[in-house]
Amino acid sequence: MWAIAGLARCVQPQHSGAMTAPLTIVVVEEDRDRAIAIVDALKDSGDYDVHVIGNVTGLSRRIAAFMPDVVLIDIDNPTRDMLEELTLATGPLERPVAMFVSGAAGGLARAAIEAGVSAYVVDGLQPERLKPVMDTAIARFQMIRQMRTELIETRRALEERKVIDRAKGLLMKAKGIGEDDAYALLRKAAMDQGRRVAEVAEALVTAAGLLR
Amino acid sequence: MKAVSLPVAYIPLVDAAPLIVAQELGFAEAEGLSLDLVAAPSWSSVRDMLAFGRVDAAHLPSPVPVAMALGIGGVTTAISAVSVLSANGNVIGISRALESALAASGYAFDFADAGAAGAALARVAGPSLVIGVPFPFSMHVELLHVWRSATPLADIGFEIRTIPPPLMAQALAAGEIDAFCVGEPWGSVSVERGSGALLLPGCAIWSFAPEKVLATRTDWAETEPHLLGRLMRAVWRAGRWLSHPESRTAAAELLSRRRWLGVPSEILDRALSGHLTISPKGDVREVPGFVEFHRGAATFPWRSQARWIAEQLAGRAGLDKADAMTRAAAVFRSDLYRNALQGTGAEMPGASDKLEGSLSHRTAVASASGRLILERDRFFDGRIFDPFAD
Repeated sequence: MWAIAGLARCVQPQHSGAMTAPLTIVVVEEDRDRAIAIVDALKDSGDYDVHVIGNVTGLSRRIAAFMPDVVLIDIDNPTRDMLEELTLATGPLERPVAMFVSGAAGGLARAAIEAGVSAYVVDGLQPERLKPVMDTAIARFQMIRQMRTELIETRRALEERKVIDRAKGLLMKAKGIGEDDAYALLRKAAMDQGRRVAEVAEALVTAAGLLR
Repeated sequence: MKAVSLPVAYIPLVDAAPLIVAQELGFAEAEGLSLDLVAAPSWSSVRDMLAFGRVDAAHLPSPVPVAMALGIGGVTTAISAVSVLSANGNVIGISRALESALAASGYAFDFADAGAAGAALARVAGPSLVIGVPFPFSMHVELLHVWRSATPLADIGFEIRTIPPPLMAQALAAGEIDAFCVGEPWGSVSVERGSGALLLPGCAIWSFAPEKVLATRTDWAETEPHLLGRLMRAVWRAGRWLSHPESRTAAAELLSRRRWLGVPSEILDRALSGHLTISPKGDVREVPGFVEFHRGAATFPWRSQARWIAEQLAGRAGLDKADAMTRAAAVFRSDLYRNALQGTGAEMPGASDKLEGSLSHRTAVASASGRLILERDRFFDGRIFDPFAD
């Protein structure tokens, strides 16, 4: 999951009337490839000043140094709590920062959470300036998240296959049967017990290890 | 009857035990519930999952719903603290360098006297201390401010910095922080890794501090009163089970499973038993009431607890204290607690506010049954918080 923290900013003298000044976005991401993917997507979608922070030591201070309008961070990263300091009245940004929740932004914020994203926004940053950033980020995070899920599933499938192969081997040796019969035996046991073949195989391998 | 699945967010900590036990030992099932416990990597994500409806209930530090009601911090969705999940359970730890300096100064590490510990630490700390806490809105932060305000630590620089608990030991070892205040098992983990020593239990600062609460969205509490009641009863019974001494070993074993905390049961048992190893050398100290899940109406959400938290937060944020206290009192829902738990055997205090810090020993108080005994709730400096003082 991902968090989008948008730091909505109060009207600031140096920005007044500066509708054309590009938004400053900070991406907090330790994985270099993922950071690049996000930065590229943002730069393709608009004129943004994007910075990446890869090392979270002194995170809130380093973010404050960029005076960002928006901060993007992975929710699964426990260091996200360090960003909460930015929302304090006495925090490092010295300006109000709020979660991006009200009005039209509410729908976006919910979409962000569902994609694994949440948002901090400063009062005064126009929703129409923030929306394209959020849209791009949400889409990119969804893609990354999906890739990550697929990777985990692929790894798990691979692990399960290994365990099933070992269980089959144990059965073939113990009972003097062929590979297909060994698999049929595992599948029948799984069906009888209402469990997955991989679970039965794992139980068998564990038990065999104990009995050795 | 098919159990209703209820998503609940939590952080894998010892004080998430009532939720885990409610699900694992069948207290939820007995209420026709199946708790879908969603482990979160950070408090901000627990809060967001609750605020945005990904979950219906959550394990949260007691100051979080209060801060939200006061508009401090990022999210301001109306949240109700329907019961307290635990009282106490935090530790203050220090770096090995400070431990050596304290030992050289003749400090005895009694793990009990917060005034003496603060004075001794201020003498050896140098010009300033950087202290790690898990979250800006937490009892950890409030305890540190109380401790500092009434000890010579007030005379040195004091920076409180947010560090995720799993990284606390590492931050201490790397010298990024000098000390920390954190919930178990993370204090014991840093002792185990040899990166720090424990100086005080949280209860040495305030002996009955509301630590985590069971929180729901206020609108959800209104639209789902029956579901909420079932959840509250299941969790309350789990807390009662946890308070039985004979449950301790089973609780430590259960929590230690990889599905839950994934920390050896021996380390979890330290917090549950109040038998803490305070230094990598293996010094042990006993702390009665180190963490409470039930005794002394520990789960009752006193309005005065919310008012106390609000006064602290408002003072630092520059908000009107009286207004903040009024808004906060509406967040700790002693009304919902009374409704949901009547008839379960839960002790119902006669009042919903109390003088915080006034009990220097266990005291019988007015209650529906006449059998309620409150635990000691003293602050180390003897301060008393009167929720209705002007």
